[in-house]
Amino acid sequence: MNGEGNSGPVFADPITADIMLSVNGDEHSVAVDTRETLLDTLREHLDLIGAKKGCDHGQCGACTVLVDGRRVKSCLTLTVTVDDREITTVEGLAADGALHPMQAAFVERDAFQCGYCTPGQLCSAVAVVREVADGWPSAVTPDVSGPVSLDDDEIRERMSGNLCRCGAYVNIVAAIRQVGA
Amino acid sequence: MTTVAAPYAGTALDRVDGPEKVTGRARYAYEHAPDDLAYAVVVQSTIARGEVRAVDADSVLQLPGIIATIWHENAPRVAPIEDAELTVLQSPRVAYRGQVVAVVVAETIESATEAARLLRVDYQVEPHDVELRADHPGMYRPDHVNPDYATDSELGDPEAALGYAPVVVDATYSTPAQHHNPIEPHATVALWDADGLTLYDSTQSASAVRATIAPLFGLPQERVRVVSPYVGGGFGSKGAPHAQVVLAALAAKQVGRPVKLAATRRQMFAVTGYRTPTVQRVRLGADEDGRLSAIVHEAFEQTATVKEFAEQTTVVTRMMYAAPHRRTSHRLVRLDVPVPTWMRAPGETPGMFALESAMDELAVACGIDPVELRVRNEPTVDPERGLPFSSRNLVACLREGAARFGWAGRDPEPGVRRRGRMLIGTGVASSTYPVYRLPSEATARAEPGGGFTVRIAAADIGTGARTVLTQIAADALGVPPAQVRMEVGDSALPRASVAGGSSGTASWGTAVVRACEALTDALHRRAGDVPPGGLEASVDTAEELRAQRPFSRHAYGAQFAEVGVDVDTGEVRVLRLLGAFAAGRIINPKTARSQFIGGMTMGLSMALFEESVMDVEFGDYLNRDLAQYHVAACADVRDVDAFWIEEEDPDLNPMGSKGIGEIGIVGTAAAVANAVHHATGLRVRDLPIRLDRLIGRAV
Amino acid sequence: MRPFAYERAADARSAVAARAAGAADGAGAVYLGGGTNLVDLMRLGVVSPGVLVDVTRLPSDGVEETAGGGLLIGAAMRNSDLAAHPLVRRRYPMLTQAVVAGASGQIRNMATVGGNLLQRTRCSYFQDVTKPCNKRAPGSGCPARNGDHRNLAVIGQSEACVATHPSDMAVPLAALGAVVHIEGPGGARQVPMPGLHRLPGDTPERDTVLEPGDLITAVELPPLPFAARSRYRKVRDRASFAFAVVSVAAALDVEDGMVKDCRIALGGVAHIPWRAERAESALRGSPATEAAFAQAAAEELAQATPLPHNAFKVPLARNVVVRTLLDLVEAS
Repeated sequence: MNGEGNSGPVFADPITADIMLSVNGDEHSVAVDTRETLLDTLREHLDLIGAKKGCDHGQCGACTVLVDGRRVKSCLTLTVTVDDREITTVEGLAADGALHPMQAAFVERDAFQCGYCTPGQLCSAVAVVREVADGWPSAVTPDVSGPVSLDDDEIRERMSGNLCRCGAYVNIVAAIRQVGA
Repeated sequence: MTTVAAPYAGTALDRVDGPEKVTGRARYAYEHAPDDLAYAVVVQSTIARGEVRAVDADSVLQLPGIIATIWHENAPRVAPIEDAELTVLQSPRVAYRGQVVAVVVAETIESATEAARLLRVDYQVEPHDVELRADHPGMYRPDHVNPDYATDSELGDPEAALGYAPVVVDATYSTPAQHHNPIEPHATVALWDADGLTLYDSTQSASAVRATIAPLFGLPQERVRVVSPYVGGGFGSKGAPHAQVVLAALAAKQVGRPVKLAATRRQMFAVTGYRTPTVQRVRLGADEDGRLSAIVHEAFEQTATVKEFAEQTTVVTRMMYAAPHRRTSHRLVRLDVPVPTWMRAPGETPGMFALESAMDELAVACGIDPVELRVRNEPTVDPERGLPFSSRNLVACLREGAARFGWAGRDPEPGVRRRGRMLIGTGVASSTYPVYRLPSEATARAEPGGGFTVRIAAADIGTGARTVLTQIAADALGVPPAQVRMEVGDSALPRASVAGGSSGTASWGTAVVRACEALTDALHRRAGDVPPGGLEASVDTAEELRAQRPFSRHAYGAQFAEVGVDVDTGEVRVLRLLGAFAAGRIINPKTARSQFIGGMTMGLSMALFEESVMDVEFGDYLNRDLAQYHVAACADVRDVDAFWIEEEDPDLNPMGSKGIGEIGIVGTAAAVANAVHHATGLRVRDLPIRLDRLIGRAV
Repeated sequence: MRPFAYERAADARSAVAARAAGAADGAGAVYLGGGTNLVDLMRLGVVSPGVLVDVTRLPSDGVEETAGGGLLIGAAMRNSDLAAHPLVRRRYPMLTQAVVAGASGQIRNMATVGGNLLQRTRCSYFQDVTKPCNKRAPGSGCPARNGDHRNLAVIGQSEACVATHPSDMAVPLAALGAVVHIEGPGGARQVPMPGLHRLPGDTPERDTVLEPGDLITAVELPPLPFAARSRYRKVRDRASFAFAVVSVAAALDVEDGMVKDCRIALGGVAHIPWRAERAESALRGSPATEAAFAQAAAEELAQATPLPHNAFKVPLARNVVVRTLLDLVEAS
């Protein structure tokens, strides 16, 4: 960037794009403002309110969704960039009516209190289990050239992008261990 | 008083709203979407003190999709009320940096946000004063401290007693400003129609928001409805309405459409309250055996120029330990700063950091085990009020906590235990929180098709209130919880007290029990026959509460911490944290444990990370996002657990319960600080205990 | 956020052309990688481009082996993929450690290698458009110097700017002497690290030596067999998901108790990922002992000119350099 793109206040018209968005297996035809984030598209236009806005700066994790199976922050994802991706939100983790095993474990372990960070925690948790299965190292992996396993230290480190102000971490870790073990 | 039979109270029922929350179906304030909705975004002052001279509203109105720009010259008038935090956009005065000076309403979030960014505001700037110092010349004595405690207290002759005490601890502690940062930002959707005003709001009290907002707009209470079925955390910041509620209502009125408004995370650091920073001097006088003869606890705090909030920092010291001579005081200074408010255990949390750190210093000075020191100073009656305790099991918490933590045989020598590159230490602190109970109303209704509906405008901000009240109602009705439908979070329900002061279960539970009892009586009179329209009973607990017998009522606890301090970097990690609590009957062990460890986790976060840094030059809190204002992340929270002592207390309420939402945080920071001292020999008296407070010293 | 046009480039040449066209149109035009920093800065109003050229779909998103045992990393590769790549983990463990020490799992899934290098400082004043900042608004002043600078630079800063570079990944890259491949309006070129980033001097608005329109296409890691024994140590205020207070990337080649060769770079201390060349020179040929490590660290940090509230970073950096080198010796 280096100082580029600082052209001062400009009163310009919004620029929109007509795109197809695939969310939880459903195709949605949407006209989006290029400035629109995936989080706002989901919440304000598709009434998919599971993904939460906690900080809108990528610092809390409440907006976490899966894009092509990988967890991302939907508040920093411009909707126009994901028209050819498959998006999964907390609403799409499980088939109709049932709970995903991770959702059931969160209830059983009381892994949330106010519930606002919970959809992001769940999307992250489901992704963490997969990342460990894929052998991805983390900052607490003792030897990054070796294999990894889903122990408590690994869960805590990998879940640190999802803040919980109610302080349910201990129970979140227990729920993930229960499902991932 | 007798307590009700309790087959369901005491059982670990899963949260009744759990499935809604884990599937994303639970709808929080900002997620309500009436037709024809418009988006409002606020503009904050960029000066700390002065006046708004002009707002260039016209320029941004040229932008496509902009519906209105509202500021003090064109805003709808509200009734003048005492709470100047709420009379927003009514005058040109700017009392702190970040105060709302305008609102932009647009068709989309993107347009509203851009217009707010581009809006030009001209100010007349005045010099500001934002720095809290104990010797600030503006320090004054408030009339009382929150909620209605005496500002100062004195017993005996503490100065003389300190003069002849063989052992004296005299230390000054400080706690920084802290922000609640619930993960759900404060949000309101406002809708005006023929019935009046509807607010979908993120609040700890729908009833209080209605009672506060209605007179501002000249409406009778019944024409305002506040709906808040789900609340994404509050910790006090949502205990009373802040500017965003009024702004949403004003904006919706101005544009004649429903309006959505949320404070952004950054805006929350100015407009939704925070915990005042404190400077506290504690003096303890004792004999060589550690028996206290004098306690003096003086607190210095800040408040805003627009509104006084006087935190009760030293009130806890009036009750905590036995000592014949004692003085406590509070002094405030009005600065050009945002308005402080309640934050999880206001008063007790910073106050007990200082008192319990000082007790640890006294234990070291006397060469007495810190658990033993506290036991030795246990009072038999409330020292200042002279009242008996309804129950007090601090000693049991200390003893049982010590046993479970493995405290026995602890070597008091600081700075001598190593594990790899870490210095290891352990610390303890006492904890306490008052038992409050507030009047509430409730209805219980037998449905003609079977089952019961219990209604109360309580708030479940994550405490588990919806679940616990379901259990309480089930017991009172003598039916399984599955037959009870609990409705909360709506001011159209019977009026309820705030989810604050750890008073929810006691206050609402009392109303729920009485309503269920009244319904059960009514059903008995009808031989169990439910009429086609159902059968309903309503109660108001005001009278019952007035008849309460005088006791000193508090919950107690003790936190034990083990920390590791990296000898190379000064990084502190809390390795273990164990809380022991005595809080009456525990109604739901699952949600109660979550409350305790949640409070302790916030206490850990306070001990090590949390600090809102005042930018003295510009007058605002500088680090106003979650990358700069650190709260504990998952990796910081390792082995945190809590247990409780069985406690029978017949002088509380029908459930026999004490509040548990706040006691977990109280004492935790001191336990961690005391453990850091034990690990390193360094006494950190200024929170948070960051590595730079250790690295330059002995580590 | 100012309205902007969005274009998606299929390859580097078309990306450069699209950016040039956007810039010629009068609007600022910038490349969009993972967006984890750019989108945030746009939301804060720190940058307001008129055109975004999405370069995440460029084909350069993998790792190739180069002749001699190095690696060529595509700039569009996501941080997670880089960290998890078996060759990176085996040959340059400090690089994997640095990447996974950065941000959070979600951010690493989004952030690209090119974008990570071009992150901008997280200095509070830089991010707040209502306050002066010479980096954001040249000539407006630097309130950090007399205000809050606890987490800012202690080496190489200027009167105009005391910002730090926030990237973890850039620290081992600077230690390794990685070569940055650039496609620009004037063609392709290469810049070796640590030369990509620049000290602030009196033009702190320029973070790097890149010219307008330059696009990072790849990062080449030279072969360095002893980097298989390397380590990244990050000190931070919170155990995870926090920027470095101080960090160290180090690789050590020890033979018969003597330092044959070494690479050391520091993060969190300067406007650039700071290659500790003085320490490296001091160590080459010296015994691999704590005393020698301490002496080398002291020589490097003798250049430090800390401010009142960040002076602690100097002893902290010294301790972390020494401890990291000792850990490498102990592990061998």
